[in-house]
Amino acid sequence: MSRASTAAHSVGEATPAGKALAAALVIGYALITMVPLVWIVLTGFKSPPDSIAYPPKVVFEPTLEGYVNLFTTRSRQTEAYIESLGPPQTWYEELVRKRNMVITGPSRFAGRYMNSIIIGFGSTFLAVFLGTLAAYAFSRFKVPLKDDLLFFILSTRMMPPIAVAIPIYLMYRTLGLSDTALGMILLYTAVNVSLAVWLLKGFVDEIPREYEEAAVIDGYTRLQAFWKVVLPQMRAGIAATAIFCLIFAWNEYAFALLLTSGTAQTAPPFIPIIIGEGGLDWPAVAAGTTLFLLPIVVFTVVLRNQLLRGITFGAVRK
Amino acid sequence: MAEVDLAGVSKRFGDITAVADVSVRIGDAEFVVLLGPTGAGKTTTLRLVAGLEQPDAGSITIAGTDVTRLPPAARDVALVFQQYSLYPHYTVYENLAFPLKAPGRRLSKPEIDRRVRHIAEMLRIEAKLGNRATQLSGGEMQRVSIGRALVREPTIYLMDEPLSSLDAKLREDLRTELKRIQRDLGATILYVTHDQLEAMTMADRIGVLAAGRLVQTGPPRTVYEAPASIYAAQRLGSPQINLLPAGSLATDRPEPPGTATLGIRPEDVRLTGPMGGAGQERPDLPGRVLTVEHLGVETVVLVETAAGPVRALADAHGPVAEDQPVRVAARPGSVLFFAADGRRLAATPASAPAALEEMSDVA
Repeated sequence: MSRASTAAHSVGEATPAGKALAAALVIGYALITMVPLVWIVLTGFKSPPDSIAYPPKVVFEPTLEGYVNLFTTRSRQTEAYIESLGPPQTWYEELVRKRNMVITGPSRFAGRYMNSIIIGFGSTFLAVFLGTLAAYAFSRFKVPLKDDLLFFILSTRMMPPIAVAIPIYLMYRTLGLSDTALGMILLYTAVNVSLAVWLLKGFVDEIPREYEEAAVIDGYTRLQAFWKVVLPQMRAGIAATAIFCLIFAWNEYAFALLLTSGTAQTAPPFIPIIIGEGGLDWPAVAAGTTLFLLPIVVFTVVLRNQLLRGITFGAVRK
Repeated sequence: MAEVDLAGVSKRFGDITAVADVSVRIGDAEFVVLLGPTGAGKTTTLRLVAGLEQPDAGSITIAGTDVTRLPPAARDVALVFQQYSLYPHYTVYENLAFPLKAPGRRLSKPEIDRRVRHIAEMLRIEAKLGNRATQLSGGEMQRVSIGRALVREPTIYLMDEPLSSLDAKLREDLRTELKRIQRDLGATILYVTHDQLEAMTMADRIGVLAAGRLVQTGPPRTVYEAPASIYAAQRLGSPQINLLPAGSLATDRPEPPGTATLGIRPEDVRLTGPMGGAGQERPDLPGRVLTVEHLGVETVVLVETAAGPVRALADAHGPVAEDQPVRVAARPGSVLFFAADGRRLAATPASAPAALEEMSDVA
């Protein structure tokens, strides 16, 4: 620190003032982006009256009512009827009865959430799997019309996917893929695979061929060399690509709304529907949103080191 | 260990001929060095032997078996790359064990362990076995790299400039070490380099490559003393051989007919004071000292003459000073004669060795 004040400015050496400014900017940006998220998480723990109070309540008594409402369906009953049921058996029944309601069964949220997990992770796995093989082939083999094929793959992303929503809707209806998990997995895979191929090809290109050549000379087959030598070195790239693919598949709303309605519906089109069930239940929506955000956050935090290396596109070699 | 035989091997990449009609036999336990500048086809020749490239013509035989169409794994060769050959996600131990764990080899764990430790000891890297490959210094990395070739007992070791990325001191150490290991193991090695020092010190036989063509093969001394051409003469010796136009220097032997260029190794150049060299049939070449480089063991003197610059190795304690007028002469019997096409001409038909090979393609 003291050295910095006397030394001449050089590339890569930050002054204390510069560091403070950078820190202020980062903290400021973080606050701005975090506020809506924090608000959502907090709203999930508010009671319905607190959630719509004006001026908005920052300090409130936390309750799990939103989460209970999210996972249950309830019906309004007379006090006499509720009285006749006897004392509540569980803490969540007790919560619900305060609002003159009884739980009539589980909501569809858990099922929709499962759909999101199956479709999100399924399509991510498939896109990364296909992308890895294709990227390796494009990087290492003499593929006829390689450049044209790569451009074609890229060109599938040159318009918003939703532009082809109607043809896909009709196609899916004919093929019987509407409202099926398989249909959604295939769709998200098709959208993601171009990104995966291009991202991963960059990573494979970075790995010198000499590694595989050395393995092949040492008595391994090409596939074994790929498995033992190339794949371990692609880990960072695969992790980064998987996160990008998962974020898209997980958050996708328009196709999910259009193509799924029942069995294969994912969480994004379902969460807004909660609003309509028994009044404006903002805490339940907020609770659903919070739970919906969780997997991406966990996935990103677990893989954050890989991700950081991944998004620099291998520009810095270890 | 076995003999390796290349017969008329050629390889083209598009319009570029990388290797043209190369024929060479590497004997059992022989250390052959292919010498040539960048782009001469050295690495391609190695890759052809390893099976990483398929020749367009010719055949490659290892231990009597034609391997020309066999995949690399079936050839049982080991290759040391110039760089990048260690797997960064493995430790040194795992890197050394990797070739032994190949599916076809089926070695027991204790046997793998024994061999890895033996080689690590030989290369003095036992202490580093637990390190990740990325945590090594350049010299250690290249030692592990060489070790990875040595743990196997392949028919032939192929080495592609394995020392070129190391610093001078390390290069010198590894050079002697490599030669010692080769002798101890009785290994057959095909080694590729552009470094004439490596070629001179390690090779049993040198092959000089020019634009994909093998222009001369022979023991280092023979190639040095009787180069087939100007090109071959320039590949060996540092400082490089002096080339002067025919007739510019007094020679004790008559120039053979057709001589266009005279070649004199710097160590054969005699510098005398301005008055020396009198009484010869042709006067010595007069010149002026341009620079004097004291390198410790030797002193390189650059003399400017009417025929062009001449480099001479002088006595370290000699009185030569810059700007001093000198006369340039050649040690008797040392001048090499070259024809206009670069071919070396025999000095006198009776006594001198005949030119080794017919030259056709000289850079």
